[in-house]
Amino acid sequence: MSTVAVEVTPTLPEVHYLNADYGWRSWLFTTDHKRIAWLYLFAITGFFAVGGLMATLMRLNLVEPQGALMEPASYNKLFTAHGLIMIFFFLAPSIPTVLGNFLIPIMIGARDVAFPKLNLLSWYIFMLAGSVFMLAVIRGGVDTGWTLYTPLSTTYANGHVLSAAVGIFISGFSSILTGLNFMVTIHKMRAPGMTWFRLPLFIWSLYATSVIFVLAMPVIAITLALIALERVFHVGIFDPALGGDPILFQHLFWFFGHPEVYILILPSMGVISELVAAGCRKRVFGYSFVAFSSVAIAAISFMVWGLHMFLTGQSVYAGFVFSALSFAVAIPSAIKVFNWTATMHKASVSYDAPMLYAIGFIGLFTIGGLTGLFLASLGTDVHLHDTYFVVAHFHYVMVGGAIMGYLGGLHLWWPKMTGKLYPEAWARFACLLVFAGFNLTFGPQFILGYLGMPRRYAVYPPEFQVLNVMSSAGASILAVGYFIPLVYFTWSAFKGPVAGPNPWGAKGLEWTIPSPPPTNNFDVTPIVTQEAYAYGHEEAHVG
Amino acid sequence: MSEHVLPKRLYFVIFVSLVVLTAITTGVAFIDLGPFNTVVALVIAVFKATLVVLFFMHLKYQTGMTRVVIVAALLWLAVLIGITMSDVFTRHWTEKGSSWQRSSIISPYRQTASAAPRLPRRA
Ligand code: HEM
Ligand SMILES: [Cu+2]
Repeated sequence: MSTVAVEVTPTLPEVHYLNADYGWRSWLFTTDHKRIAWLYLFAITGFFAVGGLMATLMRLNLVEPQGALMEPASYNKLFTAHGLIMIFFFLAPSIPTVLGNFLIPIMIGARDVAFPKLNLLSWYIFMLAGSVFMLAVIRGGVDTGWTLYTPLSTTYANGHVLSAAVGIFISGFSSILTGLNFMVTIHKMRAPGMTWFRLPLFIWSLYATSVIFVLAMPVIAITLALIALERVFHVGIFDPALGGDPILFQHLFWFFGHPEVYILILPSMGVISELVAAGCRKRVFGYSFVAFSSVAIAAISFMVWGLHMFLTGQSVYAGFVFSALSFAVAIPSAIKVFNWTATMHKASVSYDAPMLYAIGFIGLFTIGGLTGLFLASLGTDVHLHDTYFVVAHFHYVMVGGAIMGYLGGLHLWWPKMTGKLYPEAWARFACLLVFAGFNLTFGPQFILGYLGMPRRYAVYPPEFQVLNVMSSAGASILAVGYFIPLVYFTWSAFKGPVAGPNPWGAKGLEWTIPSPPPTNNFDVTPIVTQEAYAYGHEEAHVG
Repeated sequence: MSEHVLPKRLYFVIFVSLVVLTAITTGVAFIDLGPFNTVVALVIAVFKATLVVLFFMHLKYQTGMTRVVIVAALLWLAVLIGITMSDVFTRHWTEKGSSWQRSSIISPYRQTASAAPRLPRRA
């Protein structure tokens, strides 16, 4: 896709952040935001592998109606650990802590985040949280589902709920610190001339995500602390026998939980904006609408939590209100989808791997979002609640949406992070595998749910077997699709061809500095005179 | 950082008020005010929190963003409590419980002050 007129073989800069210092100390005690991004990358890739392995075991078990592998009790522990690991220890940190840490300071023209030491501390807290949590899993696990509903997690708890909860509690603090750090950085560290409306849309979406981190994470921490209070000191909070209200737990959990799902998707939306702009060499259509829709999502996401509680004891009148508000939260998401599509209209779209991921995201997220509206309709949800339809819905948004965005972002910025190129053909192939495998895994689950197969069961009636086998087959393709990038990225880091500062011919401050960047990012503070998407005069008018 | 040095005396006065208020909360806990038990405890707690935020956390001497942050946080809390209450107050409470429920624990919110029995404590 390169349109550079004169072909010059790019060379690596002599000194850059990766070789500025050697030895484990220089990594484990680093305050360089770019190195911290790598620390997170390794950590969350590990969690992703563990969570993915659990998913594989679950899908294997569901190949046979009677359960091919394990006892229902083990299955319960497996899906609980899978959900908690994927959400708290992989997906929530994924884009913010890896791509966000690496890119935010560079994109706004700063040398580092506002509080570099705090940034490192966040990583240590995250690792502590992960260890505490994994210990609980190894010692016997939890069987409540990732939602930890009372009284399963209190009166009738029979797993290591408390120690798992402590792990999640601690991880919340890591997220809060990261969120604070990013907010202050975006407010205070922008280079001269980098006005709010010149910022890349990625920054807007991470800003919105940070706000949610800071406002939502304390609520889950408090809620878990209340569980501990009830279990240890028998204070009546959720247990009716002590004067508590079990549905209060659901209110508190989902007041955090629904914003949490936007913590997962908003960063990905930000990445997609960058991928679409770079892949179409065009300003994103309707910049300010896309920017403000991130803020709108962050705000409205706090007012729709009851959509998870239509059938679990909440008043029907509250259900009306939540249903109506849920339809409102879909509007800003739809604005983004329309604007990305409009950007691609009449553009010379490249079909490099990052853009393929973006196109995949747009399609899969649309399916995920629209089925969310089915679920948000009170009547339909009576039929679909707690079936595989819900499972398919949220995997379309979280795996088809959020993870596609994360992988697309890794592919776009990998040359910046390492200075190396990866094999483009393999990357496209892997992306197609992921797309195909994903749809084969989760498409049938919509039908299964519609036919009435409940979620969270280790066994099912024999008539559901064909669709379940299809789903398991898809999962194995998906696994291969995720594994291939791991291989070629590793190869590329050591043996890949040199990328040069701007292999995509993209705009934005990060492409103006060497790849890999120097430790200080910018030798002199840049003076910004144009927006992040200054792609030539004629295109600029299209938006 | 706006350097606003406050007299030590002020900190001391606030500290003593907090201690006194804690003592009052404890004392009131021994008097049965019926439905006002919680109300009184919460009012005192909010008052104490306000003192801490205003003086110990210097909100009284801050402007701009800091105030925006505090107001936003309070707004969010209001959303949480407000919409949750919209459920609690419109829920369909049954007078007679299911077999696994003890009759005394149905609808703690609907019971009149005089009729409300102390909820049974687990042994
Ligand atoms: C377009 C806006 C969306 C709407 C209206 C919506 C609606 C819903 C509804 C009504 C449910 C509950 C279904 C039930 O349990 O019966 C649900 C579940 C869920 N949604 Fe969405 N959703 C939306 C977007 C998203 C996004 C963007 C994500 C994540 C990135 C997401 C993740 C989830 C998850 C994880 C669950 C299941 C929670 C559980 O384990 O019970 N949703 N959604
Ligand atoms: Cu939700």
